[in-house]
Amino acid sequence: MKQRAFEAAHEARWSEFERLIEELDRRGRASPPRALQDRLAEFPGLYRRICHDLAVASERRYSPRLVDRLNRLALAGHRILYVHDLALASRVTRFLARDFARAVRRDRRPILVALALFVGPALVFFVAVGLAPELVYSLMTPDRVREFEAMYDPAATRIGSNRESAEDLMMFGFYVYNNVGIAFRAFAGGLVLGLGSVVVLVLNGVLLGGVAAHIGHLGFEQTFFSFVIGHGAFELTAIVISGAAGLELGWALVAPGPRSRLEALRRAGARAIELVWGVFAMLLAAALIEAFWSSKTNVDASLKFVVGALLWLGVLAWLGLAGRRGAGTSS
Amino acid sequence: MLDATLRLETPEGVDLALAPAGPVVRGLAASIDGLITWGGSILALIALSSAGRTGTGVSLLLLFGVQWFYPVLFEVLGGGRTPGKRAMGLRVIDADATPIGWNASLVRNLLRVVDLLPAFYAAGLVSMLVGSRFQRLGDLVAGTLVVHAPSVGPPPRDGPASDDRLGARSCPVLVRAADQRAILAWAERRGQLSDERAVELSDLLAPLTGAVGEAGRDELVRIANGIRGST
Repeated sequence: MKQRAFEAAHEARWSEFERLIEELDRRGRASPPRALQDRLAEFPGLYRRICHDLAVASERRYSPRLVDRLNRLALAGHRILYVHDLALASRVTRFLARDFARAVRRDRRPILVALALFVGPALVFFVAVGLAPELVYSLMTPDRVREFEAMYDPAATRIGSNRESAEDLMMFGFYVYNNVGIAFRAFAGGLVLGLGSVVVLVLNGVLLGGVAAHIGHLGFEQTFFSFVIGHGAFELTAIVISGAAGLELGWALVAPGPRSRLEALRRAGARAIELVWGVFAMLLAAALIEAFWSSKTNVDASLKFVVGALLWLGVLAWLGLAGRRGAGTSS
Repeated sequence: MLDATLRLETPEGVDLALAPAGPVVRGLAASIDGLITWGGSILALIALSSAGRTGTGVSLLLLFGVQWFYPVLFEVLGGGRTPGKRAMGLRVIDADATPIGWNASLVRNLLRVVDLLPAFYAAGLVSMLVGSRFQRLGDLVAGTLVVHAPSVGPPPRDGPASDDRLGARSCPVLVRAADQRAILAWAERRGQLSDERAVELSDLLAPLTGAVGEAGRDELVRIANGIRGST
């Protein structure tokens, strides 16, 4: 069959497909109007015919312009037919109720390594600053030290009865911007052979250990620990998990195993990003708690310890137990 | 066909041709997105600066959202196109030409901070130039591609309309399939060529057409019409 005859025979189908694609692109696929829904049923069949036409046209060496046009049609059809499941709400609940905890348990080895990289330096500097208090000034500038001291000074916090709510909102914004940013960078930094993640984990561990010991010297430990315990349940675990996500990337580069480095990296990325989404959710929760609960000064410290302990138990139970039933159906 | 074409076989068993986008056009798209995000953020910060601490809190949340999720939201919900990519006619897709999902989009956009190292997307540029598919590091890990995404409208009329009136004749010798395509491509692109250039090209086929100059050109048009067939 000559090209002209081929074009004449199929032109109607091609332009109908074109119109369908343009309409779908314009209106979005989420809720097409009724008239479009009926035509949507014909879409797969139409798309297969286009693929067939493309194969025939290129096999018969029809002109580049025709082949190019059919290629564009097939590409657009491919893009629309093979769309991912975008129903967001159900995926988010399923992820938080089940899949994230499963991912954490699946990746427990990098998480344990990250935990060691975080807790190890924290303990070392807690002991070191405990023995030699002046060491805290080699961790940060005297100004920062004074800031921390003022923050946890029981005398200072008792004076103003309560922060105004506008300040709570400001701090919430700051915690989200700062902490989630750190977690995202801890993940991305893993691509540099894991080094970026190691740096974030160790630095944060050192700071936490050093500050905790210094505050202890001043006798402010009750304000400090009652402040930290609540959101720490989410925040500290999230920082460790984000570091672990980065370590997975780095490990795929260092020791790809029986795959090419690129393939290992892609698989590690697909696994690690699940951890990152969970970290994002955990840090949002941590920021809420930190801004609107931990900072409350008219709440008794003992109540904060109780709530904090419950939060820790809750987080650990969630990560350890959620989604265990029915596990193994999907690996 | 173009050099930078990527062939992809679909489940339907056809080969699709993709055109990965190079560093320059992607840099331009990124610049447009940068202008939008920075400009928008600055305007919002100015507007919120009078709202005291509440304003500061809201602006920090806004900065966070814009910095990390502007590309993700547009890529996933906007069919793989941020406004900058839309302006440059680009689209992000999975390496199997399906639309990009939440996970892949978050991976490639979080790893942007590594592509930016040590400055001005240097790491990303090296990665794009080393590979064959113009993927920056984030694309490599996420398994995504940025491609040219032309619209699906019918192509403009091929060649001058007067070509049809010249009639058709069959090719005097048997030509190979690839040569046949070249002749068709010449006839279709004639509308975009100057007449001198078209004649120059048709003169190369003087042994086939048996004529040079305008006579040779018209003869080649007739041969092309013969290959394509009459309606």
